[in-house]
Amino acid sequence: MTSILTYTFKNLPNTSKWALQFSLRPLSCSSQLRAAPAAQTKSKKTLAKPNMRNIVVVDGVRIPFLQSGTSYKDLMPHDLARAALSGLLHRTNVPKDVVDYIIFGTVIQEVKTSNVAREAALGAGFSDKTPAHTVTMACISANQAMTTGIGLIASGQSDVIVAGGVELMSDVPIRHSRKMRKMMLELNKAKTLGQRLSLFSKFRLNFLAPELPAVAEFSTSETMGHSADRLAAAFAVSRQDQDEYALRSHSLAKKAQDEGLLSDVVPFKVPGKDTVTKDNGIRPSSLEQMAKLKPAFIKPYGTVTAANSSFLTDGASAMLIMAEEKALAMGYKPKAYLRDFVYVSQDPKDQLLLGPTYATPKVLEKAGLTMNDIDAFEFHEAFSGQILANFKAMDSDWFAQNYMGRKTKVGSPPLEKFNNWGGSLSLGHPFGATGCRLVMAAANRLRKEGGQYGLVAACAAGGQGHAMIVEAYPK
Amino acid sequence: MVASRAIGSLSRATASRMLRCPGYICRSFSGTSALRTRTHINYGVKGDVAVVRINSPNSKVNTLNKELQSEFMEVMNEIWASDQIRSAVLISSKPGCFIAGADINMIASCKTPEEVTKLSQEGQRMFEKLEKSTKPVVAAISGACLGGGLEVGVPAAFDMMLTGRNIRADRAKKMGLVDQLVEPLGPGLKPPEERTIEYLEEVAVTFAKGLSDKKISIKRDKGLVETFSFTELTSYAMSIPFVRQQIYKKVEEKVRKQTKGLYPAPLKIIDVVKTGIEQGSDAGYLSESQKFGELTMTKESKALIGLYHGQVLCKKNKFGAPQKEAKHLAILGAGLMGAGIAQVSVDKGLKTILKDATLAGLGRGQQQVFKGLNDKVKKKALTSFERDSIFSNLTGQLDYQGFEKADMVIEAVFEDLSLKHRVLTEVEAVIPDHCIFASNTSALPINEIAAVSKRPEKVIGMHYFSPVDKMQLLEIITTEKTSKDTTASAVAVGLKQGKVIIVVKDGPGFYTTRCLAPMMSEVLRILQEGVEPKKLDALTTSFGFPVGAATLVDEVGVDVAKHVSEDLGKAFGERFGGGSVELLKQMVSRGFLGRKSGKGFYIYQEGVKSKNVNSDMDGILASLKVPPKSDVSSDEDIQYRLVTRFVNEAVMCLQEGILATPTEGDIGAVFGLGFPPCLGGPFRFVDLCGAQNIVDRLRKYEAAYGTQFSPCQLLIDHASSPNKKFFQ
Repeated sequence: MTSILTYTFKNLPNTSKWALQFSLRPLSCSSQLRAAPAAQTKSKKTLAKPNMRNIVVVDGVRIPFLQSGTSYKDLMPHDLARAALSGLLHRTNVPKDVVDYIIFGTVIQEVKTSNVAREAALGAGFSDKTPAHTVTMACISANQAMTTGIGLIASGQSDVIVAGGVELMSDVPIRHSRKMRKMMLELNKAKTLGQRLSLFSKFRLNFLAPELPAVAEFSTSETMGHSADRLAAAFAVSRQDQDEYALRSHSLAKKAQDEGLLSDVVPFKVPGKDTVTKDNGIRPSSLEQMAKLKPAFIKPYGTVTAANSSFLTDGASAMLIMAEEKALAMGYKPKAYLRDFVYVSQDPKDQLLLGPTYATPKVLEKAGLTMNDIDAFEFHEAFSGQILANFKAMDSDWFAQNYMGRKTKVGSPPLEKFNNWGGSLSLGHPFGATGCRLVMAAANRLRKEGGQYGLVAACAAGGQGHAMIVEAYPK
Repeated sequence: MVASRAIGSLSRATASRMLRCPGYICRSFSGTSALRTRTHINYGVKGDVAVVRINSPNSKVNTLNKELQSEFMEVMNEIWASDQIRSAVLISSKPGCFIAGADINMIASCKTPEEVTKLSQEGQRMFEKLEKSTKPVVAAISGACLGGGLEVGVPAAFDMMLTGRNIRADRAKKMGLVDQLVEPLGPGLKPPEERTIEYLEEVAVTFAKGLSDKKISIKRDKGLVETFSFTELTSYAMSIPFVRQQIYKKVEEKVRKQTKGLYPAPLKIIDVVKTGIEQGSDAGYLSESQKFGELTMTKESKALIGLYHGQVLCKKNKFGAPQKEAKHLAILGAGLMGAGIAQVSVDKGLKTILKDATLAGLGRGQQQVFKGLNDKVKKKALTSFERDSIFSNLTGQLDYQGFEKADMVIEAVFEDLSLKHRVLTEVEAVIPDHCIFASNTSALPINEIAAVSKRPEKVIGMHYFSPVDKMQLLEIITTEKTSKDTTASAVAVGLKQGKVIIVVKDGPGFYTTRCLAPMMSEVLRILQEGVEPKKLDALTTSFGFPVGAATLVDEVGVDVAKHVSEDLGKAFGERFGGGSVELLKQMVSRGFLGRKSGKGFYIYQEGVKSKNVNSDMDGILASLKVPPKSDVSSDEDIQYRLVTRFVNEAVMCLQEGILATPTEGDIGAVFGLGFPPCLGGPFRFVDLCGAQNIVDRLRKYEAAYGTQFSPCQLLIDHASSPNKKFFQ
């Protein structure tokens, strides 16, 4: 990790944004982190609240995240979800009938399995007496699944929850046009040959044009990449900065993968294919190679390219959430507490991807923490430009005062604590499943690096956002 | 065209435009004068790109005036001379405006066509030099770019020159006028508008660099004519003289049909283009500047410039800001007018309650608002999401729930005094103290409506014109008791609704209806004298009215016309006589209410465009026929009988103080009643035509028909002292 940080450092002589952060921070910080990680744990308070049940993550897993169109391409979404659930069962050995409720997040729904949580749970061998439902909230769908579970436990409705998420971008529902659908539905009702023939006579060739789902805002019709490019421009984030950040993400992910840090990944034997054991989107390239790419959305002068955007991904994740006393009674050693969380939303046109900027100060305030208290940041990386724009927004008093109604900025996260094991840019981003990966990465990093608090944040389509505090479970 | 070159906005997107420039010549670099401060234009150098910033001081827009032009040439000459500079970017420092066109005041201040010709030639030279620039020049345009402003960026396109319309950025790209579009940015570390301009400049500089380094090439290579044609085939066809002649003829025919020969500019433009193509560009330019000079001296030019200034004036609130901004509106009556007022309110963000007495009536009104918005979606002026969110500002209901929050209630119920009294009393029981009660009526005096009010200082008239979303005028009527703050608030709401506003005193028919009534009375008489509705329509449109007189009655509604002429007939007596109201009465009793009932003077059918005369009218007209008077029944006499009655009544309104200024009189007549814009309005018409000529006409008709044509005192005063003008 050190080498990579220095690498980045060296490569930023002119755009000294990151360098500046280094120099401004107390000299000790990063070296301390390297030298004696355990020493980092000061005597911080715990975030337990009176009259509120402590909620813990026992463990969480995910199947490898793959670029869409690769090994998972012939499967259905519930197959992936089932694999994640099986992996969780295997990892935790939780008795199936103990699970009170199962919740999954997903974004692009397979019409046949619209409640994919239930189909996957049945297939994974959970008790058919365990209810399951599916939630959707764009890229924070899995976060919504987790926090829904937190709500059920906190209110005393449940003790044991399985939350997860799934996305299969290799296959998306492509529909007949509305005209064609209308004709087909009317055809169903037509009783006589004459009625049918008269319906057929209305058929026009253009009825056959299919309707494709788009990663575009319904409200503004703008694709997310286009919005990200405008966002980067609004915050004057250069193409080079974006490429460098993407390279950092890939390099860190590669290192984490090589060192076996991505312990949440469980192997998946794909029917008819080899067992998949690793994420396949991690591809550290060079800045020169990346600089050759043409802009993907705003042509020809935009800055967002295929290399500095997250790619279309297939994957699923699942985690076991319990009330603390239940986990302890069952003899588990939990990994982390799930603490305060917030959802935010803002203008879906010009601030589509600024969710983390709005959510971070809010959740910190709620938990009574400051940026300095956070040891591990895990932010969802939709685009390099989006992450860097969020950094700039978080670091701007002007933005805080004029758009967030706050007196001062919250400050941008120190890079050495930020997405140290890679992020959505490199590991991949199966829309519905990313939330659980973020929380598990924070929890695992806190265990490994010895910090106490992790901050998870993500943006989502619709101009929404989410943040949550993860607290390490005492060893 | 001169006047309509004024201000508009290329909204939504900004654009950058490249002029294609072949060679690149190094000239010796001169001095340090780049540091000199100029008033309108400054430039800085970024690498080898000169960034020329246009920013006229103390003005919301940049206009092409003499100083700007000369400074611009100075700067460009320095840029061309400098060997450190390889390309240039032109950009405005004003958010939302590049160059709004030529400075109208500069043109208006010229006394002779030669002066204007000279000005125009200077402009041409500037554009020519720009077009032949040895270094690439990128125009980075954000917002309004009209007329000459467009020429700075673009050699003008055929279609655009003719209609002088505003085009949106994405269409400009499709038309090939601009090469790149830059979407506006949201908030970043600076206000969005500021950062967007910066970003536009950054993108433009990158392009300019790319062009001078030959890394970017512009695919478009189109001259004047090629822009308007779209394939190589048409380009080829244009090279054949015979085909060209045919095209000139077609274009000319079309223009003549649209303008009825009343507006000289479009035809001269065709002449100029013809000259340019047939005799080369030098002859074309010369002819352009000469013709432009001639055009600016025409009556039409003066009339249109006057209208432009009047419109600017009527877009301001001379009553100041109201104490409390009206944010919650309630409209009573979901008919054509009520729903129309609702539509122009909700799309400006006003929370609006639409109340009607019946569910069916309310549903019809809601559908009208939705359709109005949805039509914009179909034209891609709105997204379906924007439509939905605008539509959510509208609440339809049958009761007075929520009226306790209303800042202004506009009633648009049927024109019946007792009904208006009833709703006024009902509403006053539920609205808060500060709430204003506005009455949308076309003829009922506001003080009579206000008679039952507990707070007459809060009662005002707001006379909208149908269709409300298309007609720009709003006539606001104040009674003696109306408070100034109430007026200020009504004007503020009207301006927010995008209206051009005249404020007049209360009286029967106010200003607009009162001018229209005697003319309508004359229409009836002319019809009774045996002139066919079609013929009458042709006579009025060829005089410059946008809608024929008979068609106008159908559009307004025969029942409404009857109502108004009876009311005003009672108020003004013989002077408003002429045709017989009996004609309208019989039409109403037969159900011929005009367009709304499908039959009036014409027959209206859904989906049928061509209008057929309603033959059932023949009997009614025959039974009321009066013999025409041959010495005042020529085509011209018929036109002038209509117009002089209109003009005479307008001048009388000024004389009686109904109107505060002649400007408002002109704006009201043109924007509300369709008085020929080429004549500039009744007052401008008197000035340009000569008061004496008008009085002479009136006297001639007075001799035939009596007091209905007696010129008013103010008009006689103007006739007797030729120096007296409504506009100096």
